[in-house]
Amino acid sequence: MIRFILSRVFQSLVALAILSVVVFILARATGDPLHLILPMSASEEDYAYARRYLGLDRPYVEQYFSFVGKAVTGDFGTSLRARRPVSELIRERLPNSLRLALFAMCVSLSFAFPLGVLAAVNKGTWIDRTAQVIAVLGQSLPTFWVAIVLVEFVAGRLQWLPAGGISGFASYILPGFTLGWFVVAGMMRLLRSGMLEVLDSEYVKLARVKGVVERRVVWLHALKNALIPVVTFAGIYFAILVTTAIVVETVFAWPGLGRLAYEGISSRDFPVIQAVVLTTAAIVAVVNLGVDLLYAVIDPRIRHAR
Amino acid sequence: MRADPMESATALPVAEPRAWRRLRDRGLPVIPLGIITIFVLIAILAPVISPADPEEQSLRSRFRPPVWDERGSWQHPLGTDRLGRDMLSRIFYGSRVSLTAGVVTVLLASAFGAAVGLVAGYYGGRVDAVLMRLTDATMSFPVILLALILAVTVGPSFANVVVAIAVVLWARYARVIRGQVLTLMELDFIAQARIAGAGAWRVISRHLLPNTLNTLVVLVTLQIGYVIIVEASLSFLGAGIPPPTPAWGSMIAEGREFVTSAWWVSFFPGLAILLVVLAFNLLGDWLRDTLDPKLRQL
Repeated sequence: MIRFILSRVFQSLVALAILSVVVFILARATGDPLHLILPMSASEEDYAYARRYLGLDRPYVEQYFSFVGKAVTGDFGTSLRARRPVSELIRERLPNSLRLALFAMCVSLSFAFPLGVLAAVNKGTWIDRTAQVIAVLGQSLPTFWVAIVLVEFVAGRLQWLPAGGISGFASYILPGFTLGWFVVAGMMRLLRSGMLEVLDSEYVKLARVKGVVERRVVWLHALKNALIPVVTFAGIYFAILVTTAIVVETVFAWPGLGRLAYEGISSRDFPVIQAVVLTTAAIVAVVNLGVDLLYAVIDPRIRHAR
Repeated sequence: MRADPMESATALPVAEPRAWRRLRDRGLPVIPLGIITIFVLIAILAPVISPADPEEQSLRSRFRPPVWDERGSWQHPLGTDRLGRDMLSRIFYGSRVSLTAGVVTVLLASAFGAAVGLVAGYYGGRVDAVLMRLTDATMSFPVILLALILAVTVGPSFANVVVAIAVVLWARYARVIRGQVLTLMELDFIAQARIAGAGAWRVISRHLLPNTLNTLVVLVTLQIGYVIIVEASLSFLGAGIPPPTPAWGSMIAEGREFVTSAWWVSFFPGLAILLVVLAFNLLGDWLRDTLDPKLRQL
């Protein structure tokens, strides 16, 4: 087990290392940041001085290692635009994004659970078909369009909920719903097929023969085992949520990482871009690692088969 | 279904005629196929069927409502946008961007991803380890972020959008195909082909690839819809297809400020995206259930 954990952690680290190189190259490729920082009237000497001051005159390899060395300790440099340490910006925005992602995850689970179970129990009936339509619809709607429509109707015309920003629980509902609905389809489908398989298994039949109430069979005995594939894919859903959040956060003016990335990119603020991409990737990696380890605990066969 | 005892022993590629027969027997998904056909025809015939030039501005007829509104007219069946451009024509032309982006991106990504998956699965060992680490790293990269960075770096263009999405998307194919190849490699017919002297290229192209085609077809169909949404999101954020070319995502963005007074400017492009993506998703679901029910996780 320890060997499995170590090799899995090592894999995540390698993936992150490759990613840091890509990010570093891409961030450098966005053009000379000095054009944005320095005033139009800056002279050649000003450029040379600023370049030396920011360490941009050193060889790329050296810049990369100093970047990684600092990044490991949480130092991502200073934002070119906000003139503040990037780590500070991240610390401000990250909790907002995580809270939104968690809320969205809860929304999608509370949709996917009843839909998936009902669809499986009533396989082939109109309930099954309706559940699948609701799920596929969420996957097919562009999130930013749903966001605009919700802002216009629920927040604008009906004035039921706030249109953007963070101000208490109510402000989570619209962005959380927009984000959460998008991944319902995948989860619901996994749960449905998992349930179908489990409901057909011997131990569920045994439970029924023993006289266990049908509701208990479905929601307790079967659901517990049908959950395993959903758990394994939780990491992927989380990654999708984090990515989709860029668009949703922009429409709802949500002060999270996604909007920070969008702002960073539009102003070529490369310390910010690097930090956001690496933080996002690290979160995804940690979630995936956690899921894999959890899975190995649930299902020992995984530890040996690769 | 009676299994042919010779089947697993033959070294011939299994083209799976049974799967295709099953496909026909289940009855074709008429609605999704119909929607896709209609939009493909619209994209091809856009110059012929559009009532107006999609880029022609007419400030005198800005924000005309759709025809069923009492202020609307047949001249602009779906109304006009803030520059007086005809919405219907722009949606017709926009289908070209969305469909081409979806299909080209997915084809690029699937070709590369499948190649990586086949090679990794066939050679195993170090080759596999290196390729899979690369795949993992790619998968943890947020697609939209990468495309945004690329758009800023080299400027937004159709080619950049396609490349940016494909560069991340291939990893999914590599993972799934490699998994399948690993299973296939355990089977007798591959071992026999190798004993018979078939080289790597022959085993991969004649035996492994044909047996992963079903999965590829399903994954490709399901991902076209996803790519159309990602492309639209990029255009919405201003990092997609640059104006004045009509793209559904940027049309929604343009109408966003005027939702309260002119809802149709944002609404119809969104509806178009919904229809096309829904059709591809339904078709993909149907293909998966028909060709390979085990693929429920795709």
